Amino acid sequence: MIVEIGHYALVLALALALVQSVVPIWGAVKGDERAMALAGPISVGQFLFVAVSFAALTYAHVVSDFSVVNVFENSHSTKPMIYKVSGVWGNHEGSMLLWVSILALFGALVAFFGRNLPQTLRANVLGVQAWVAVAFYLFVLLTSNPFARFGQPPMEGRDLNPLLQDVGLAIHPPLLYLGYVGFSIAFSFAAAALIEGRIDAAWARWVRPWTLTAWVFLTLGIAMGSYWAYYELGWGGWWFWDPVENASLMPWLAGTALLHSAIVMEKRDGLKIWTILLAILAFSLSLLGTFLVRSGVLTSVHAFATDPARGVFILGILVLFVGGSLTLFAARAATLTKGGLFAPVSREGALVFNNLFLTAGTATVFVGTLYPLMLEATTGGKISVGAPFFDMTFGPLMVPLLIALPMGPFLAWKRGDILAVVQRLAAVMVLSVVAVLVTWILKGHDILPALGVGLATWLMLGSLAEILWRIKLFTEPGVSLRRAVGLPRSAWGTFLGHFGVGVMLLGIVAEGAWKIEHVLVMKPGDHIRVERFDVAFERAVPNSGPNWDEVIARFKVTDGTSNPPIVMEPSKRTYRTRSMPTTETAIETYGLFSQLYLAIGEAQGEGVAMRIYWKPLVLLIWIGTLIMSIGGVVSLTDRRLRVGAPTPHRAASAAAMPAAAE
Amino acid sequence: MTRKQKRLTLIGFAGLVLAAAVGLVLFALNDRITFFTSPTDLAVGKVKPGTRLRLGGLVEAGSIERTEGTTVRFRVTDGANTVPVTYTGILPDLFREGQGTVAEGAVGTDGVFKADTVLAKHDEKYMPKEVADALKASGHWGEDAAKATLKK
Repeated sequence: MIVEIGHYALVLALALALVQSVVPIWGAVKGDERAMALAGPISVGQFLFVAVSFAALTYAHVVSDFSVVNVFENSHSTKPMIYKVSGVWGNHEGSMLLWVSILALFGALVAFFGRNLPQTLRANVLGVQAWVAVAFYLFVLLTSNPFARFGQPPMEGRDLNPLLQDVGLAIHPPLLYLGYVGFSIAFSFAAAALIEGRIDAAWARWVRPWTLTAWVFLTLGIAMGSYWAYYELGWGGWWFWDPVENASLMPWLAGTALLHSAIVMEKRDGLKIWTILLAILAFSLSLLGTFLVRSGVLTSVHAFATDPARGVFILGILVLFVGGSLTLFAARAATLTKGGLFAPVSREGALVFNNLFLTAGTATVFVGTLYPLMLEATTGGKISVGAPFFDMTFGPLMVPLLIALPMGPFLAWKRGDILAVVQRLAAVMVLSVVAVLVTWILKGHDILPALGVGLATWLMLGSLAEILWRIKLFTEPGVSLRRAVGLPRSAWGTFLGHFGVGVMLLGIVAEGAWKIEHVLVMKPGDHIRVERFDVAFERAVPNSGPNWDEVIARFKVTDGTSNPPIVMEPSKRTYRTRSMPTTETAIETYGLFSQLYLAIGEAQGEGVAMRIYWKPLVLLIWIGTLIMSIGGVVSLTDRRLRVGAPTPHRAASAAAMPAAAE
Repeated sequence: MTRKQKRLTLIGFAGLVLAAAVGLVLFALNDRITFFTSPTDLAVGKVKPGTRLRLGGLVEAGSIERTEGTTVRFRVTDGANTVPVTYTGILPDLFREGQGTVAEGAVGTDGVFKADTVLAKHDEKYMPKEVADALKASGHWGEDAAKATLKK
């Protein structure tokens, strides 16, 4: 019964979304206030119905109701409770239900926080949001119904793919979807602006918090997926340039560009048309990601289903929204007024530089991800585009961007003075060169990693220098504390975001250049020296869990000091229902950021094949992304960006930003 | 700078970045991609020894041989032809005889495919699409296999 209520609630949500997609926009055209006002309550109602629907499916999973096909195929009565819950979105139908739930949640939030938006804009935004919702409700109900029942309920379920029975993957999809779907708000705002043919700086101020929220979640979601791949797959890699990963990277890159171009729009009333285009692109790439992952054109752990009807349906949605919005853009963009002028060397110029390289980078990822699909569709030729392609294309495009990054925030609006910037960053430049030299001397005269460390130093110290100049630490240390408190939160957010990029780069360079890998067969009693560690294989121990059995290989690791040895226990786990083996790695962190990583393969005679990695500073990769996300959150708390409080730019906060104005 | 000069500078620079990106992509597409081949493609001599490629097919039953250390020898078949493969390293969890696999590497002059990466399916019902296509092409696409791939 509860499952049927869930199904019915989803149909009702579709009905509400249909109303919401027509009435408010019609009201905005006719100037009918009552029709426009309807958008708010309807979007809240829509969310409530979807929430009921999602709760019903969660209930079916929690009580293991195997008469529901979705539960049967992805659950098992012995599965731990946390994975019964995460199993709701660990499959195609459930994850699409999560997708529409988050979409409805964002719609309701816009309705709630957007009460002081101009009435027509709010009506149009919620109307466009409902179009997206209608398309995806239809997709779920027509091709991917999670509430389908069996006539003859089976006794036991088939269990969830063991690779997905992991805490990291329990929270990765919701984070990622909050990011993907969050960009729908920027999209709806862009479409609404085009429909109205009017756009101003206030528009950017309304859109920015939503974009920033989506960006924070997407950043965390990608980082979580990457960390999961690192420890769960047992290959020790953290990014494989897999099409599924690229599918999430593309909206992230476009979203990052959007965050930066919206600043120009907000402060200088410039780059309006470009910002609108980026808002459309960011969400289009989110839709493309959904298509790539959900349609089954790619084969990966994410491709739960290979039902052609679904692929065609999502492709239809993709074409409709991307094509529709770009047509609208082409028709209306010219009517938008053009913004202020700026010299090439200026804050605006720097942000344009950022946008150029980020979009060029997005384009290379796009080509590398889609070229094999297009080639196969047109000529039938099958190729694989992997890391070598992206190292060759994406890598070089990011270098100028990262070199320029610390200088941007120093430049003044309208016309900047590059010499003054160089002067202020002189000490940082010297330190970065020193970092290159020291690394080159200490780490085996290898020039590329040394340059990488130099670039990371430049990024970290450069962003730090900017915030320190702003609080006048070097010129008037007496007022620094007061200025630090008075500085807008977004300035601190910028600092953290940029600093995090440097931290991440340091991790990437160190892991890439100085990791140590051993692949060997070890028998009980064997030991091997890896870096400064002595890894001794003691014995194999059988063990079992709620829905799996495993063989643990017990290792004793000493780190060459008098510290007591550490026991590390990688294991080979077999999940009973699917009789599928998985590799459970053992990871030990040394010196805060570096990790010793053990993964075992198949048994060979008395021994076992295994991988031992030493991963220097590897944790910095994810700590860097975490710092970037924290930067986003800090920016969100800026009173200027406070959601729903789009007050005109205050003179007081302008006065608090002298570094830029000087 | 005049308004026009400012705009031209911007457009010129954007064009430069775009040209660089296009150049890099074209170069990399020429140089940094690997083609997918089936054992039959190799048997009919479509591929020069030493070319980096991905070989897909089924792991022939009874063909896995382990030697001292972590080197493994096995044969990949598409039903019509087989190719011997050597690989040093740890095989993926789901690498089994009679199951689909994709090996990345190059054929030596001795006709042995030396793989540096071996991929297997992600779960017990999934077969790499390239492998399924290769089996279909060689006419060894069984109903059972079809069911196993399409189901779920």
